[in-house]
Amino acid sequence: MSRKAKSHLEVALIYVFLIFMAIVIGYPLLWTVGMSLNPGTSLYSAQLIPENWSLVHYKWLFTDPSSDYLLWYKNSVIVAVANAFFSVVLTSFVAYAFSRYRFVGRRYGLYAFLLLQMFPAIMAMVAIYVMLNMVGLLDSLIGLTLIYIGGQIPFNAWLVKGYFDTIPKELDEAARIDGAGHLGVFFRIMLPLAKPILGVVALFNFMAPFVDFLLPRIILRNPENFTLALGLFNFISNQFDNNFTRFAAGSILIAVPIAIVYLLSQRFLISGLTAGGTKG
Amino acid sequence: MSTVNPAAKKNHNPKLAVILSILLAGLGQLYNRRYIKGSLFILLEVSFILTLGEFLNYGIWGIMTLGTLQGVDHSIILLIYGFISIILIAFAIVLYVANVKDAKRDALRLQRGEKTPGFREAVKNVWDVGFPYFFVTPGLIMLAFIVILPLMFTVGLAFTDYSQSNQPPRNLLNWVGFDNFARLFFQTGGAGNNIWQDTFISVFTWTIVWTLVATTLQIALGLFLALIVNDPRIKFKRLIRTILILPWAVPAFVTILVFAAMFNDRFGAINTDILAIFNLSIPWLQDPFYTRIALIMIQTWLGFPFVFALFTGILQSISKDWYEAADVDGASRMQKFRSITLPHVLYATAPLLIMQYAGNFNNFNIIYLFNEGGPAVRGQNAGGTDILISWVYDLTFELNQYSMAAAITIILGLIVTGFAVFQFRRTRAFKEEGNI
Repeated sequence: MSRKAKSHLEVALIYVFLIFMAIVIGYPLLWTVGMSLNPGTSLYSAQLIPENWSLVHYKWLFTDPSSDYLLWYKNSVIVAVANAFFSVVLTSFVAYAFSRYRFVGRRYGLYAFLLLQMFPAIMAMVAIYVMLNMVGLLDSLIGLTLIYIGGQIPFNAWLVKGYFDTIPKELDEAARIDGAGHLGVFFRIMLPLAKPILGVVALFNFMAPFVDFLLPRIILRNPENFTLALGLFNFISNQFDNNFTRFAAGSILIAVPIAIVYLLSQRFLISGLTAGGTKG
Repeated sequence: MSTVNPAAKKNHNPKLAVILSILLAGLGQLYNRRYIKGSLFILLEVSFILTLGEFLNYGIWGIMTLGTLQGVDHSIILLIYGFISIILIAFAIVLYVANVKDAKRDALRLQRGEKTPGFREAVKNVWDVGFPYFFVTPGLIMLAFIVILPLMFTVGLAFTDYSQSNQPPRNLLNWVGFDNFARLFFQTGGAGNNIWQDTFISVFTWTIVWTLVATTLQIALGLFLALIVNDPRIKFKRLIRTILILPWAVPAFVTILVFAAMFNDRFGAINTDILAIFNLSIPWLQDPFYTRIALIMIQTWLGFPFVFALFTGILQSISKDWYEAADVDGASRMQKFRSITLPHVLYATAPLLIMQYAGNFNNFNIIYLFNEGGPAVRGQNAGGTDILISWVYDLTFELNQYSMAAAITIILGLIVTGFAVFQFRRTRAFKEEGNI
C-alpha cells in the first residue's frame, strides 16, 4: 500500500470512528426529544419517532393548574442568582486575602481548602439537615442557598486565588503609590482584571442549582419550594413509566438553555479551570 | 538604639504586661497606656463571657455526657451545641493569643521608648495588619458553620450508638468508642452476623474498581479523541468538537435518568430496539454484573468530553518545533506521542485528572439515579452497585443506621485525604508557595 493510500485509509477510519461517537452521543439525546413528543405518558408504548407527535406535555407543564413547573423555574432562578452573586463576592474576598497578604494561618488555610474541596456535601448531610432544622431554615430556599454558598468556598477560593496570583504585583504597587488603599487595589485592580475567572465562578454557581438534585432533596419538602431538578426527579421517582414523557419534556426545557450556555462558554470555562487548576 | 533613647522606660516590664493580659484580656494594654485599646478588649471579653458563657458551659457539658435525662435532653442537639462551643472557644483562644502577643509587643516598644501611636494612627495600624483577617472572616464563618461543623458532627456521630432502635429524643445516645468500626471490620460472629464485614468488603472493592476503571476509560477516550480530532488531515473540527462536548453540556442528572429508562430491562430502548436485532435481552437492572457494566459505560459517556476539551486546549498549545525536531531525528509516531505529547498533556492537567478520580470515587449521582445502587444482593445491606458514598446515603436515609453511616464516612474521608495529599505533592504551586 502506498503512503498516500495508507494516509487516506487512516483518515477514513478516523471519520468512521467519529461518526460512531456522534451516534452514541446523539442517540440518547434524540431519543429523549422523541419521548417528549409522544402523546401518551407511558414509556412502554412510546416510540422513538412518534406517528402522531404532539406538544401536549410541553403545554401541560406551562398551562395545567396542577403543574408547578413555572414555580420551580422561578425558585431555581432565584437560588441561582443569589448563589452566583454571593459566591463571587465571598470567594473574591477570601482569594484576595490569600493571594496578596501574608498572615498567620495562611498556609494551613490553603491546605484546608485543597482538602475540603474534595469532601462532597453529602458526607455531612445529617448534620446539615439537623442544623437547618434547628434554625428553622429547613424546607426553605434561603437555607438551600446558604448551604450552596458555604460549600463552594474551598474549590472556588482556590481557583480565584490561582488566577489572582497571575496578576502582576507591580500593578498593586503602582496603584498604592498613586494612593490606593487595600480596598482600592481590590476594587480597581484585582476585580476588573480577574473578570474572566469571576465569570467562570458566577457561571458554575448559577448552574449548580439547576443541575443538583441531592441537596434540594434533603432540604426541601414542600413541592412549592422545589427547584427544577428535584421537581423533575419526582415526576419519575415514584411511578417510573407513568410520567416519563412529561419528565422528558421538562428536562429538554432546562437542558437546551444550559447546553447552549456551556457550548458557548466552554473555551472560557476550560481555560479558567486550567489557569486556576494548574497553578494551584 | 534603646540605650540612647531618652524616652526609654527601662522599668516597664514586658513580662508583667504578658501576665496581666493573660489574667484578663486588655489589662496588659492598660498597663502599656493604650487605654482605648485596653478598654475595648476588656469590654469584648466581658461581653463574650456574659453572652456566651452559659451556652459554652452547656455545650461542653452536652458533648461530654450527651445528656443525662432520658426524654428531656436531646443528644443530637447537645452534640451540635458542643461542637459549636468548641468552634467558638477555638476562635476565642486565637483572639486571646493575639491579645497576649499584642500586649508583649507594645510593652517592648514602650520599654524602648518608641512613641505611642495616636488614636488615628492606631486605627490605621489595625486596618493594615488586620485587613486580610477582615476580608477572610465572612467566608471563614460560612465555612466554619456550613462545612467544618457538619464534618465535625459526622466524626462525632461515628463514635455514638445512634441507630434506628436508639433515636433521640426518645432515647439518649452514648459514646461507644470504636465499637462501630470494630463492627464494620471484624464482626464475623455466627450465621448472618457478619453482614457488616461482608458488605463493607464487597462495597469497598467495587468502589475501587469503579473509580479506577470508569475514570481511566473516560480519560483514555478523551485523550484518544483529542488526538485524532487534532490531526491536521481532519476537517470540520469545530463541528466535531461541539458534538463531542455535548454530553458535558447536558445536565448529568437528566442524562442519567434517560439512560436509566433506556436500560430498562423490559421496555428500555437498549433491549427492545438495539439488542432485539441480535435477538438478545440483557437484564441490565437485575443482574449486578450487567448493572456495573452499564454504569461504567454511562460514566465514560458522561465523563470523556471534559477530558477531551481539556486535552484539546493543551494539544493546541504544544509548540510545533518539538515535533519538527523529532521528525528530523526520525522519530516514529509512537515515539513522538510518548516523549512529547503525553508528558506535556499530563504535566499540565495532572491536578485536574486527580480530581476526576476523586470525583468518581464520590460519584453519588450516577449510582443513585441509575438504579439506586441496586439490584439488591442477598446477605448484605447494600445494593450490588452501591459505592461507599451511596451506601452511606442508604444507611442514613433508608435504614437509619446513622452511626454506622458516619463511621463509613470517616473511612471515606481518610481515603479522600489520601487523594488530597497526592494532589499537594503534584502541585507545583505548593513548592513555590514555600518561598514567598
